Amino acid sequence: MTVAIVDYGSGNLHSAAKALERAARESGRDQPILVTDDPDAVRRADRIVLPGVGAFADCRRGLAAVSGMVEALEESVRRKGRPFLGICVGAQLMAERGLEYEVVEGLGWIPGEVDKIRPADPGLKIPHMGWNTLDPVRSHPLLEGIPLGPAGLHAYFVHSYHLHTSERGCLVAQADYGGPVTAIVARDTCAGTQFHPEKSQRLGLALLANFLKWAP
Amino acid sequence: MFKVRVIPCLDVKDGRVVKGVQFVDLVDAGDPVEAAIAYDAAGADELCFLDITASHENRGIILDVVTRTAEACFMPLTVGGGVRTIDDIRALLRSGADKVSINTAAVNNRRFVKDAAEKFGDQCIVVAIDAKKVSASGGSDRWEIFTHGGRKPTGLDAVDYAREVVALGAGEILLTSMDRDGTRQGFDIALTRAVADAVPVPVIASGGVGGLDHLVAGIRDGHATAVLAASIFHFGEFTVRQAKDHMARAGLPMRLDP
Repeated sequence: MTVAIVDYGSGNLHSAAKALERAARESGRDQPILVTDDPDAVRRADRIVLPGVGAFADCRRGLAAVSGMVEALEESVRRKGRPFLGICVGAQLMAERGLEYEVVEGLGWIPGEVDKIRPADPGLKIPHMGWNTLDPVRSHPLLEGIPLGPAGLHAYFVHSYHLHTSERGCLVAQADYGGPVTAIVARDTCAGTQFHPEKSQRLGLALLANFLKWAP
Repeated sequence: MFKVRVIPCLDVKDGRVVKGVQFVDLVDAGDPVEAAIAYDAAGADELCFLDITASHENRGIILDVVTRTAEACFMPLTVGGGVRTIDDIRALLRSGADKVSINTAAVNNRRFVKDAAEKFGDQCIVVAIDAKKVSASGGSDRWEIFTHGGRKPTGLDAVDYAREVVALGAGEILLTSMDRDGTRQGFDIALTRAVADAVPVPVIASGGVGGLDHLVAGIRDGHATAVLAASIFHFGEFTVRQAKDHMARAGLPMRLDP
């Protein structure tokens, strides 16, 4: 049961790998966590994590620059139904397109676009940087056992854009930042968090442990 | 609900924690990784390492400290001190830092902020501003940027400079009052508010915390979105949890996860 973290030159891979290792250890599943830029290794993996920080277009181009990687992801996730977790821009890449600086096509796994967050309160700073609680829109195995809502645990966000899905069923959780901000999206065997589970202490480790046992 | 951040800062020299009083008289006070683990457990919202002697000593040491911290703490980590090149930033991010703070290099070459933000994204580029009040008594408040631990004036107006670096891509401002740093008299609230109200990105207030009410004032009166402190936490005077409980009692939205 190998978990592949896709290395395409973006994201805090070290932290993501260490957090997954910790989550695996604490939940008694000693799954090897592999950081890789090899599409064949991604094809062989049982679960796939796609991190990503920076601008949507840069990440999309970075992913495309790894020869065969997008094809490997399409095959493993969309055709074979392997569990997939996108983190931050890695989650946004599942959208049909991104609108940050320029219009760029995404992977198209989740209907919708990645657009600027627009807090109604002009006093709120952009980026949305810091800790926020999660408001569930629907249940999802990734959230099992995690205290949610205003009195629940917190997740760490750092972003100025979010995935605005046009299909309500794909929206799993939101955060409130002068209005709703997308926190978790999911469809079939793929899920994505706008926040950083690898930086979200208890909530993050619990979510990663849920991902490791998720059997969609 | 979105919460205010409390950020303990560890000044690190040769891989050991120190805290400068006005950036001199350094006192060795422990292993940064152990301190980071303790702060993580105590509910710190983020950690900051400032490598104070990075410009003239081995940079490999801080990379090792960052690597070991990232293996043990699953919380955001900002690292600054002696960051001069794109390669410096890349090495810190690859070691496990989430944000990198740029100080003198941004003053010397504004283009560096733009290059760094374009390369790594606005969200991981923090510009650290060390400012001192320079207005004559009776005149309107004005603050100037100082480098070299507060010794070298630059002639740059702190508020104008903050606007400029944000326009170039800084995702956050770490604002330190050099007048207050090490004094325990509280943040320079007028400075904090002037900068926080001038820029659309988050501002971290720093310099001068001597008590828990100072943390409250930095947010409520200074309009900062985060507060940074070192000595009050590091010498065990207050725990991070006590600070956050105090701020919550004062009506600020705090993350009080068990």
